[in-house]
Amino acid sequence: MEILTSYSTILVLLAAGVGFFMAWGIGANDVANAMGTSVGSKALTIKQAIIIAMIFEFAGAYLAGGEVTSTIRKGIIDSSYFVNTPELLVFGMISALLAAATWLLVASALGWPVSTTHSIVGAIIGFAAVGVSPDAVVWGKVLGIVGSWIITPLISGVIAFVIFNSAQKLIFDHDDPVNQARRWVPFYMFLAGFILSLVTIKKGLKHIGLHVGSVEGFYYAFAIAIVVAIVGKIFVNRIKFDETADKKEHYANVEKVFAVLMVVTACAMAFAHGSNDVANAIGPLAAVVSIVSNNGEIGSKADLVWWILPLGGLGIVLGLAVFGKKVIATIGQGITHLTPSRGFAAELAAASTVVIASGTGLPISTTQTLVGAVLGVGMARGIAAINLGVVRNIVISWVITLPIGAGLAIIFFWILKSVFV
Amino acid sequence: MAGNSILGVFAKSPIKPLEQHMRSVTKCCKQLTPFFIACFENNWEEANKIRASISKAEQNADALKRKLRLELPGGLFMPVNRVDVLELLSQQDKIANKTKDISGRILGRELVIPKSLQENFTAYVARNIDATEKAADAINELDDLLETGFRGREVQLIEKMINQLDIIEDDTDSMQIALRRDLLAIEKDLNPVDVMFIYQIIEWVGDLADLAERVGARLEIMLAR
Repeated sequence: MEILTSYSTILVLLAAGVGFFMAWGIGANDVANAMGTSVGSKALTIKQAIIIAMIFEFAGAYLAGGEVTSTIRKGIIDSSYFVNTPELLVFGMISALLAAATWLLVASALGWPVSTTHSIVGAIIGFAAVGVSPDAVVWGKVLGIVGSWIITPLISGVIAFVIFNSAQKLIFDHDDPVNQARRWVPFYMFLAGFILSLVTIKKGLKHIGLHVGSVEGFYYAFAIAIVVAIVGKIFVNRIKFDETADKKEHYANVEKVFAVLMVVTACAMAFAHGSNDVANAIGPLAAVVSIVSNNGEIGSKADLVWWILPLGGLGIVLGLAVFGKKVIATIGQGITHLTPSRGFAAELAAASTVVIASGTGLPISTTQTLVGAVLGVGMARGIAAINLGVVRNIVISWVITLPIGAGLAIIFFWILKSVFV
Repeated sequence: MAGNSILGVFAKSPIKPLEQHMRSVTKCCKQLTPFFIACFENNWEEANKIRASISKAEQNADALKRKLRLELPGGLFMPVNRVDVLELLSQQDKIANKTKDISGRILGRELVIPKSLQENFTAYVARNIDATEKAADAINELDDLLETGFRGREVQLIEKMINQLDIIEDDTDSMQIALRRDLLAIEKDLNPVDVMFIYQIIEWVGDLADLAERVGARLEIMLAR
């Protein structure tokens, strides 16, 4: 107990520093997965992608990031084990952050596509199970989280399949696909706007002190979605088509309409990523700050301290600004066979799945969801070739991330313990 | 850092290379028309030049074929069956090979098609080239097929093209029968060995349409899955 009071400032600063570092890593690396499809299908330039990512990652983190944060903070470990030794929880959370951030850095340097969510969850389980006691982990909740890693790619795959097929039915399988696209694309924009704003209104606004009733929230989301659709419609109408084009060019014109839609889904994706992944950085930080500021009392119903969410959001944006450009530029090259109509289906499906899952508080992996969505479009015969070998590698990297995150966290945990105790 | 991304999931599409290969194949067999004109004029120097150009186009197609095969490893998840793609590719390639064989055989023996057959023979060659071009048109629709998820209108369009291809092939069959009958009528006045090879050339030229039809059939099988 004395440790917490005598070192309180140092511990909070340390946690904030590591948390910021982690958020920075998420921004620098993970965001490439979120924005890559938009840049890859040439719907956005790198500069546009960065600007959209900055705005919407921050908005997502700030407005809708709270729910997952509380799961990371309180859901995985049974805090009753730490009532008499709150400093262990503080050390544990700091070491989990440090472990996840380190692993993220190493994996990025080696070019492995790891999941930030998996590394932080693995790290938290690691320090709690080995450093304290296996009973300190709420295994039921962990099972739920791990289960969600299988279910969410499935869900996003199914959604992507349905969206892509609906676009084929409504737009491509017609004599005049261009006009069909003009008619229906704003509808997809409405869908994206509606899901995003609904989740934000229902789950996010209470963190910034706004309370909206559920029916009211529904109306607001509806109104925002309509505004999105109308603005989108205006942009779609402003596209210049090559009217003299023959049938062959028809599909090129259709893709131009979808490129506008992709701007909306890119915003959605950035927002979803921010809302889900910011928690990986700030969840443990929030736990540390709440314990230290309550003088070692765990589990008090204190809300998130005001500066934590913006700190995470800022970290992501900064990571983006410094490294994101390079990462997105690397992946934006060499990919030619992802047209906006496919990219949109994958992104919209992934973003919807992520924001809905974030709303329920489950920490899922954005990359995983997107891979599920891409496979969904592939199942609908929409993508020329998917490299299953790469998919397998990605899955393997997810699996090994758990034990490595855990191992690193245990090491850092013992180091911190020997330094402070 | 390139590996740290979802985009590694997307492999190189086989569609464009397949179209490219077919373009190379048609470029090869289209030259049969000027080749035979040169032969009829006994201009063997010109024929030799065209034959070299045919051979070059065939080699180009071969190179594209090998490249595509190497780029199509087993672990690919595609909207079309991998085996179908490879089969289609080898059918396409056979057209180029056959073209090269025809020009080689004619030039090697300085074989002259009898004057009385030349007009019908030229039409026959042209019709066979029509068949290969029709097949190429169908193959060229593959990227639009991908755009429409391999269903709907685009599939019907291709089926229509394949029907037309069948009709052209029927045409070449009856033209072949007529040519053989005409040859039979005059064969006793010709060098017997030459006659044997003329029969063979007629058959080989007819093979072009047969192969083109088989490309269409493969395409149909590809779509049926």
